[in-house]
Amino acid sequence: MARTCLVVDDSRVVRKVARRILETHGYAVVEAADGQEALNACRAAMPDCVLLDWNMPVMDGITFLRNLRQEFGPENPCVVFCTTENDMDHIEQAITSGAQEYIMKPFDEEILIGKLAQVGLL
Amino acid sequence: MTAPLSNAAFDVFANLLKTRSGLVIGQDKVYLLETRLASILKREGLADLNALADKLRHLGAEAIARDVVEAMTTNESFFFRDDKPFQHFKTQALPRLLAARAPGVPIRIWSAASSSGQEAYSLAMILAEARTVIGDRKIEIIGTDLAREQVARARTGVYSQFEVQRGLPVQFLMRYFKKEEGGWRISDQLRAMVQFREWNLLGDLRPLGKFDIVFCRNVLIYFDQPTKAKVLEATAALMPEDGLLYLGGAETVLGITAKFAPLAGERGVYGLATSAAHGPRVTAGVA
Repeated sequence: MARTCLVVDDSRVVRKVARRILETHGYAVVEAADGQEALNACRAAMPDCVLLDWNMPVMDGITFLRNLRQEFGPENPCVVFCTTENDMDHIEQAITSGAQEYIMKPFDEEILIGKLAQVGLL
Repeated sequence: MTAPLSNAAFDVFANLLKTRSGLVIGQDKVYLLETRLASILKREGLADLNALADKLRHLGAEAIARDVVEAMTTNESFFFRDDKPFQHFKTQALPRLLAARAPGVPIRIWSAASSSGQEAYSLAMILAEARTVIGDRKIEIIGTDLAREQVARARTGVYSQFEVQRGLPVQFLMRYFKKEEGGWRISDQLRAMVQFREWNLLGDLRPLGKFDIVFCRNVLIYFDQPTKAKVLEATAALMPEDGLLYLGGAETVLGITAKFAPLAGERGVYGLATSAAHGPRVTAGVA
């Protein structure tokens, strides 16, 4: 069965780019436009991996991550942040809140696929 | 409009690159000359590559010749490239060496054609992570490259946001880098573990000293057979009997030199052909 990735980003363009890359590498992709939608999606069907933007309306990425870990435990699904926030404070906050990897936008196929390989999801 | 590259001008570049760096270019690589040398043309106010070739034919073009060689031989590099050799180094080579060498004996590692330094620093990170098993043992990492600019960059240890995301786990970014204006700087702790030197692989390698481990990846592919053999043989002469050589994924020693033999069951890892790892060493005549 194909691995699933939930792509959470309020930009449709970013979701589309990520979807195209992930599908090329055999992923089934589900999209969410904010943290709340993402949480609902996880409750409905847990993905293998979440690609997560930081700044979004309704519920931001870090709040989603904390809720997710509280509700479903520390390991699964694997969460990879993918955001324009690119300072050490944000990175540390993300990792201590339970993200496994961190991508600083802009990203390309090589970075995204490389990070997924590092967390053992390719 | 610029004139197409004349054969004579092409030969100027081909000869320069072959003699200075071992790089072999065919006529199919003219596009590479065009893209890589464009900034030199602009800087020198030259119309096209023919004009640059003219300049190179004259004495006193040393500085430009060097820039041309650097521009053509600089290759992209990234942290933990291909991963496998680093895994092998970490889990096999390093423990074996630590066990085989007396405590006071330093271990020396060579990152040949170190480019902007990512390979050497990847090795430094592995060593930093393993410091509890390494203890007080001195381990030296030497990175060498032909290109002065690359050596300077490697020494500075500052990488772009793009570069620190290729191959580098975020945990290592957090542990070993600091963000500053213009990029991410590798920690002083790691910089102190690595020494970068400007060195030509075609030159005399002996002053570099002995190396227990040699990473020489994605360099030989640019050389012709005799040059490959020369570099490999000179490298073998720097290594102890149980030394290990790591080559790039598209490279091999087979059919090039008998000095090295592939390690059984490993891809891209080679030992000296005479070493015990590949069968009993012939010691006939030793009384």
